[in-house]
Amino acid sequence: MINRIITWLADVTHWRGDDGILRRLLEHMEYSVAALVIAALIAIPLGLYIGHTGRGRFVAVSAVGAARAIPSLGLLYLAFFWLAPRLSGEIALLAPAGIVLVVLAIPPILSGAYAGVEGVEPAARDAAVGMGMRGTEVMRHVELPCALPLILSGIRSAMLQVIATATIAAVLGLGGLGRFLIDGLASQDFPQTASGAILVAVLALAVDMVFALVQRSVVSPGLTGRYGKVSL
Amino acid sequence: MTWLRGHFVDVLSLAGQHIYLAGVPLVLGLLIALPLGWLACRYKVLYPFLIIGTGLLYTIPSLALFIMLPLLLPTKILDPNNVVVAMTIYTVALLVRTVADGLGAVPDAVNQSATAMGYKRLRRFMSVELPLAVPVISAGLRVAAVSNVSIVSVATLIGVSQLGSLFTDGFSRAFLDPIIVGVVACVLLALLFDVTILLVTRLATPWQRAGSPAA
Repeated sequence: MINRIITWLADVTHWRGDDGILRRLLEHMEYSVAALVIAALIAIPLGLYIGHTGRGRFVAVSAVGAARAIPSLGLLYLAFFWLAPRLSGEIALLAPAGIVLVVLAIPPILSGAYAGVEGVEPAARDAAVGMGMRGTEVMRHVELPCALPLILSGIRSAMLQVIATATIAAVLGLGGLGRFLIDGLASQDFPQTASGAILVAVLALAVDMVFALVQRSVVSPGLTGRYGKVSL
Repeated sequence: MTWLRGHFVDVLSLAGQHIYLAGVPLVLGLLIALPLGWLACRYKVLYPFLIIGTGLLYTIPSLALFIMLPLLLPTKILDPNNVVVAMTIYTVALLVRTVADGLGAVPDAVNQSATAMGYKRLRRFMSVELPLAVPVISAGLRVAAVSNVSIVSVATLIGVSQLGSLFTDGFSRAFLDPIIVGVVACVLLALLFDVTILLVTRLATPWQRAGSPAA
């Protein structure tokens, strides 16, 4: 069985062309990154606002919980039936898949952002105010850098979920690595299905590792303690 | 909503299936995650391996796991137990870290007091560390429950019936009612799991409501 999967993956013809692995990999990344960027643009400012002002916290917590409970597959079909008659061409398929992935990515990013800002030490915030910083300055120079580790780990777990879930875009006939899963399942071509599954998992891991490196390099050394411990 | 009235019994039985497929793994996953989390907390060398190792499991797409498990297990492809095993894997992936962090957050002084009072390791774990870690573990369990309910619906693509069957049914007939009913039922089910876990947590942590003693 393992040999058949390796043979399938090692076959050069499976990598090239319009339905080859490289093309599917690229599509998969396109869907995932686009959804993640949109979700981040919505969730980070909202999360910072909630964390900074404490306003709307209850609404946000409940909404995040409820959004997590929405089954992706059901939402995908609903969005498809709602949008398909209103749009044409590939967009009619891309938009529903995009909505599903954005809805999936918002909760972890949002909760990372507000928890990050909430968790900033009051002493640090008071010191910033004492130094004459105003609300937005406190936000930019103190709260944001201090909240960065949690914001990034929110984005990281959103990315993992989005990459894993982008496979269901193939159910609508879109591309991405999910094609190998769906097509392999339909034609009972097990090596193809298994290869698709392995490719998604490897992609998720690789992206996660890149993220870990980014996280290391952008978080202030003052927070990670890489300057060595400060003696008090 | 005439569709729902006509198919209420079917929806209920699908919901029952869904509860089984999402709930049993929650219990099994917790039972597996407890010793693993304890190991990760007790032996700091193991922590990164266990956390990263179980975290990796979560990167496997659910559809892929559902399809591949029958090949690794002595089960048939349509056997619902494949889904139970897959969901247990996801539950463990989410909970090991929570258990380890929850146990790690028990104050040292408490553990030392318990030891000084003559508690042996197992008894100390069962009656001091574990109860004190319940709020953290319960928070992780709530996340796992909600995500289980949502992921189980994907099993419809491999032909295991539960509320997700309503999605494929509606999609293949271009009929919205079953899909809407399915989504609403999934969200309600997630809420049910959430409330249940909250209630059990409340029962398990009477000390949280005991009020602070006069200083």
